[in-house]
Amino acid sequence: MARVSFTGNLKRHVACPPATVSATTVREALDAVFATNAPLRSYVLDEQGRLRRHVNIYVNERMIGDRVTQSDAVRDTDEIFVLQALSGG
Amino acid sequence: MAVFHVATRKGLMTYDGSRLVDTAFLGDPVTSVIVDPRDGAIYAALNLGHFGVKLRRSEDKGKTWAELPAPAFPPDAVPVNKDKTEAPSVIQIWTLEFGNGALWAGTLPGGLFRSADRGASWSLVESLWKEPKRKDWQGGGAESPGINTICFDPRDNKKMRIGVSTGGLWASDDGGTSWRLAGNGMRAEYMPPAQALDPAWQDVHRLAQCPAAPDTIWCQHHNGIFLSGDMGESFTEITAPSAPSRFGFAVVVHPRDPNTAWFVPAVKDECRVPVDRRLVVSRTRDRGKSFDVLADGLPPPPVFDLIYRHGLDIDSSGDRLVMGSTTGNLWSSDNGGAKWACLSQTLPPINQVRWAP
Repeated sequence: MARVSFTGNLKRHVACPPATVSATTVREALDAVFATNAPLRSYVLDEQGRLRRHVNIYVNERMIGDRVTQSDAVRDTDEIFVLQALSGG
Repeated sequence: MAVFHVATRKGLMTYDGSRLVDTAFLGDPVTSVIVDPRDGAIYAALNLGHFGVKLRRSEDKGKTWAELPAPAFPPDAVPVNKDKTEAPSVIQIWTLEFGNGALWAGTLPGGLFRSADRGASWSLVESLWKEPKRKDWQGGGAESPGINTICFDPRDNKKMRIGVSTGGLWASDDGGTSWRLAGNGMRAEYMPPAQALDPAWQDVHRLAQCPAAPDTIWCQHHNGIFLSGDMGESFTEITAPSAPSRFGFAVVVHPRDPNTAWFVPAVKDECRVPVDRRLVVSRTRDRGKSFDVLADGLPPPPVFDLIYRHGLDIDSSGDRLVMGSTTGNLWSSDNGGAKWACLSQTLPPINQVRWAP
């Protein structure tokens, strides 16, 4: 089971406890979380399912490459980190 | 009570007269706010830097807020323009208005959305989004075009007029089912001569429709002030020399006197500061033939404040004005701008000021 965790800065806006999910891709993992926490979706993805421009997702130490459909592969032992992207400042 | 809301880059402030009485969403950018005149509910649009556009509603005068779905483009919405291939997403809610029994949102990148259930669900006004000429809309100061004004004829709410920056004035007479480009007579000096008078290329910064005389619509345009007496079908350019500048963003009209309107001039597009760095409000009371320059109570030069298009509002009495700047200054006037009082010099940059009904 992969573990999904969210930046602490999201907690101010919406509940987002860590979750353990069964998934083969990042998108499957996110969808599994959103299935029980629907409001969280719009904070991470836009209405077309794309990763928001200023949100990053890492699988372990690797930033995902597919921001449009989040098709990056996930293994049972992986940790998925949903983080805010920093740029400047 | 003289309550108004101030939507800022770092929260939503509520004033009662000169007193700050509440702050909500501390630290979060608030782009638009409106109070439903029917039930008093407050709606606030947020643009969280990382986490997208949000909509919140308070039914207890701001004590608590509930999250609502934000307007969103459907998956099959056509791309923004010919340079894009992907379905669009909402970048910002730029304006919220009530009319024709619904709540409406004008957004960047140019989508008009309607909610008939107090924000519980939204639908894109497809008829406008699919208009072939809509794809010609362009970003001005922002990367994307946006709908900044939504007007409803109080005599018949089905008659709507919207202002687009940049994309002209669009009209619907059937509640948004069909649309046509109006706004003839405006002039875009930033376009080649052959296109300068094309209504599609006009940068409408803000429209103000007189509630008591809705045929009158004032327009603060990118390069001028224009006036319509036929509800936006045609406009005449105001060329009175007494106005400090033709450039600006904000305009409000007196609720009962269509001949009286207020503007906040700035130098011009590439130098967005007050003329001679002296902040003034210009007011016409004779339909643009002449302007009074109002500065009593406003700070002396040098001033660098800019008033955004939603940064000036007038209440239903027509006497009280409130004005907020990009520098976080907030002023109000109880006498039509003849004298201003500074309410704060330390607010965050102000996106909108709006009286509660």
